[in-house]
Amino acid sequence: MKETIRIAAGQGFWGDLPDAPVRQVEGGPIDYLMLDYLAEVTMSIMQKQKARDPNSGYARDFVPLMKRILPACVERGIKVTANAGGVNVRGCADAVVAVARELGLGGRVRIGIVAGDDIMSRLDEMLSRGIELRNMDTGEPLSSVRDSIQSANVYLGAAPLVEALNQGAQIVITGRATDTGLTLAPLIHEFGWAADDWNRLAAGTIAGHIIECGAQCSGGNCQYEWRSIPNLADVGFPIAEASPDGTFVITKHEGTGGRVNIPSVKEQLLYEMGDPHEYITPDCVADFTTIHLQDDGRDRVRVFGIQGRRATEFLKVSISYSAGYKAVGTLVYAWPDAYEKAQAADKILRARLDRLGLRFDHVLTEFVGANATHGPLAGEPRADAPEVQLRVGVRGQDRSAIERFTKEIAPLILTGPPAVTGFAGGRPKVEEIVAYWPALIPKSEINPKVEVLDA
Amino acid sequence: MRVQLTKLAHARSGDKGDTANVGLIALRDEGYPILVREVTAERVKQHFRGICHGDIERFELPNLGALNFLLHESLGGGGTLSLMTDAQGKTFSTALLRMQIEVSDDEARKLELN
Repeated sequence: MKETIRIAAGQGFWGDLPDAPVRQVEGGPIDYLMLDYLAEVTMSIMQKQKARDPNSGYARDFVPLMKRILPACVERGIKVTANAGGVNVRGCADAVVAVARELGLGGRVRIGIVAGDDIMSRLDEMLSRGIELRNMDTGEPLSSVRDSIQSANVYLGAAPLVEALNQGAQIVITGRATDTGLTLAPLIHEFGWAADDWNRLAAGTIAGHIIECGAQCSGGNCQYEWRSIPNLADVGFPIAEASPDGTFVITKHEGTGGRVNIPSVKEQLLYEMGDPHEYITPDCVADFTTIHLQDDGRDRVRVFGIQGRRATEFLKVSISYSAGYKAVGTLVYAWPDAYEKAQAADKILRARLDRLGLRFDHVLTEFVGANATHGPLAGEPRADAPEVQLRVGVRGQDRSAIERFTKEIAPLILTGPPAVTGFAGGRPKVEEIVAYWPALIPKSEINPKVEVLDA
Repeated sequence: MRVQLTKLAHARSGDKGDTANVGLIALRDEGYPILVREVTAERVKQHFRGICHGDIERFELPNLGALNFLLHESLGGGGTLSLMTDAQGKTFSTALLRMQIEVSDDEARKLELN
């Protein structure tokens, strides 16, 4: 058994710095590359893509990335865990197999596939058996939006990824697996942690939580002494250097920008935190009030003391459904009296919308430069503000009403208050809203499927 | 004396649906008990009036010198439903740091706030 395993995070979300994973592979020693591609609504986008083209429905960027890094990964024995498979894990794996053969690596790479998270085709059968899939936030039963559902995927934990690694997979591709499982699975595989070793499972989960948002724990979006954080242009993405006893060090490659210190790690620990006593994943319940941090030298923070508890009997389901339409229009008003002019324009716009008899579920006006982020806490805007952006959003079920709204923004330039600009982009776009419906399902309903392909 | 929270703490915020979370972290360990005493759920509710329309929960993490707040019904429906610029609650962190709190002269001296 190795003394430590270095797991490098390469993407904090789908659309993060494209070269970050390459730099993690080339910038120094690592054992695993972990790539998180799936946000809450990503699955529904992929479901739509797959409906148009059965060969799509996964994170396409992953394939050219593998083409770039696979030779180095094979040569150095670096393994990859990625939830890049979206709603077409098999299609994604086939594309990676093709790339491996193209690179002359046929016979030298095994690719693991984790599926079984997609329950879209089983929903009616489940609902008929009384599995209500109530919304965890609102308590409503899923039947209230049944006809609008676009995707339904269970968050799988580390176990099926471990199985794929145990079968010799070097690249493990999943659909909707948890972000934390992508980090925890390699540790279970390498160190042989038991399925009920709750403290270590919690430690691996928290290591995953710290690095899953990429550079957000290594100097990016960090408030603590932000001015002095060096060279963010070349920010180093994080690496968890884990030991068999469940302790680990958060660090980054030598010579990269950014900073890993106790404040940067604390900020990330608290990101999207609920009740810190129970951070629930499919693998365990981690207790964030047991985490201890210690300075371990330059750009190194040691994490230890973590305790966890038995996992729950449920898995979380990520369901997406169509929830109407929205559009946002903006215009910029200049000094003098920029805020007053923007307010006047908003009144005129609303009077016109009223006269048209348009109905919306919600209309929101914000004044960017005055109160868009901190609302009333920002105080009364300065009378001499150099400029203020008027930003009006509408949401509703009737697409034609939203369309009509988008035609009322530009006319304000010639028919409203003066010193206005900022309409180079044309009419605002009408967006279909795909909303998120979190629910719980008994674990016994779900059987993840693991397959390992030879390239 | 009254001081702005930004002198004692840093913060990070995020979202879960229509709930914003704000993690408030003491800049120095000695500042944590002051955060516990001054930055109560009630004070935070008052601070975010007009922004947070639901309940506020507070959790203590003495091991990190930090408090975690959940601000329910704060993000205009949350996620893709929200029309807000900050639908993900990313800037609630510094919005909380605007709060004024009371510290004794002794505490101010210890934390070098003068």
